[in-house]
Amino acid sequence: MAILLIAEHDNAALKSATLSTVTAATQIGGDIDLLIVGSGCTAVADSAAKVPGVRKVLVADNAAYDHEIAENVADLIKGLASDYSHILSPATTNGKNFMPRVAALLDVGQISEIMSVESADTFKRPIYAGNAIATVQSLDAIKVITVRGTSFDPAAAEGGSASIETLSQVSDTGLSRLVSEELAKSDRPELTTAKVIVAGGRGMGDKAHFEMLDTLADKLGAAVGATRAAVDAGFVPNDYQIGQTGKVVAPELYIGVGLSGAIQHLAGMKDSKVIVAINKDEDAPIFQVADYGLVADLFEAVPELEKAL
Amino acid sequence: MKILVAVKRVIDYNVKVRVKADGSDVDLANVKMALNPFCEIAVEEAVRLKEQGKASEIVVVSIGQKTCEEQLRTALALGADRAIRVEVDSTPDALTIARLLAKVAEEDQPGLVLLGKQSIDSDNNQTGQMLAALMKRPQATFASEVQIDGDTLTVTREVDGGLQTLTLSLPAVVTTDLRLNEPRYASLPNIMKAKKKPLEVKSAADLGVTLTNKIKLISVAPPAERSAGIKVGSVAELVDKLRNEAKVIA
Repeated sequence: MAILLIAEHDNAALKSATLSTVTAATQIGGDIDLLIVGSGCTAVADSAAKVPGVRKVLVADNAAYDHEIAENVADLIKGLASDYSHILSPATTNGKNFMPRVAALLDVGQISEIMSVESADTFKRPIYAGNAIATVQSLDAIKVITVRGTSFDPAAAEGGSASIETLSQVSDTGLSRLVSEELAKSDRPELTTAKVIVAGGRGMGDKAHFEMLDTLADKLGAAVGATRAAVDAGFVPNDYQIGQTGKVVAPELYIGVGLSGAIQHLAGMKDSKVIVAINKDEDAPIFQVADYGLVADLFEAVPELEKAL
Repeated sequence: MKILVAVKRVIDYNVKVRVKADGSDVDLANVKMALNPFCEIAVEEAVRLKEQGKASEIVVVSIGQKTCEEQLRTALALGADRAIRVEVDSTPDALTIARLLAKVAEEDQPGLVLLGKQSIDSDNNQTGQMLAALMKRPQATFASEVQIDGDTLTVTREVDGGLQTLTLSLPAVVTTDLRLNEPRYASLPNIMKAKKKPLEVKSAADLGVTLTNKIKLISVAPPAERSAGIKVGSVAELVDKLRNEAKVIA
């Protein structure tokens, strides 16, 4: 049994979600090969080869794979699949984009966002915005799976010495092409891997008020997140969104400010270790999952909290 | 150009689901059902493209039992021209759904297929991508902006770090994200008119698809409950608890 794991990377290093997926692969058992696919991504191979437990690092570096265009990446993976019993990827937007395409090309099903490995063919995954946990079994010869990063501890990044193999085959379907990319710039930790997150909702009232959370976040070394309401109101960009349709986070400490705690938001944060809620409405649903709740006006409580730290 | 929109009947997004006592599935008896929110956005986008003169006909398709005709009628009331229901008596997995949709697409030859990015019940986020693969056509997932220019499609996608814009050659498959548009409400006259629009029922056998689920649901359980928290009286008390009890801040 061998596992092909498609790495999430930024052309320089592996993303933490990849290391969490390595842990999931280790629990399934078998030889693990890491596929680095992209354009100008060879620098990642060296760091990937140092991950303990990895047998081989495969590098597919070509302009056709720039920004991991789904059609071309899926075609490449399909060509490699016959050597593997499992194909895994982190459940990032990239993985979610190309993995179902891979599965359909292989004529197999896919299991999305697993949160635990029960056996080599049986997995647990959240359904209904995390309000139920399904145990599902794949009856297919090749199991195509995406892994929820926050459900598995990241594997060690150093200590291994895998061999590196450069793939020469190129899949260019010519079906789609990247025009541009607009990435939000942030010096703060990445939302999905941050140890502390400060999130704001509609109660923040205004874009300018989010600066209060920025200041608080900087003091805590935290990332800033938001609810859909805050994104729709234009307070923050969409990649701040935490929830069923945004990012799923599970930090050590999550501080929710001026947000009610709708089902769809809770789906993205209720596995946080400690949840703090600051809301002036004492009946807000967020207090039902908060370890520590403070019923207060956030415009007084947040500056006070920042001062106290 | 014809647009095919796939829609799904799901539990209303405001309902908190309960798991059946025997752990076989969630309990959907007597629960309010609705059009999946992402499918609503897909229908709205199709209607807007028709209003812009980019589309000539909108066909909505749903796979399920008779009850999902309710959601097809909703889509017709929102502006779709005709509907197709593919009769199945079980809950097919995403690949089977994609196979059925691929057959419908083969018969109807749409220039564009629109789907939601995920359904809020299974949370799979697979069908659109699988359908694109089976049709051997390009895909643009998590779309927040869609523009048609001749036989080229330009789509802005919501990705982890921000936004990404792609051009695709039509026919193509697009899955909608929340920020693509704000769906309209169906007006009463349109709801009445929708009752007269054509709705065709097909079986999986008509489409030549055998229903075989390769992803088997073993059991469903409620998530682990969080132990009840406490309310603190002041910021000072909160900081003290975080520092000395939870030990999550220095």
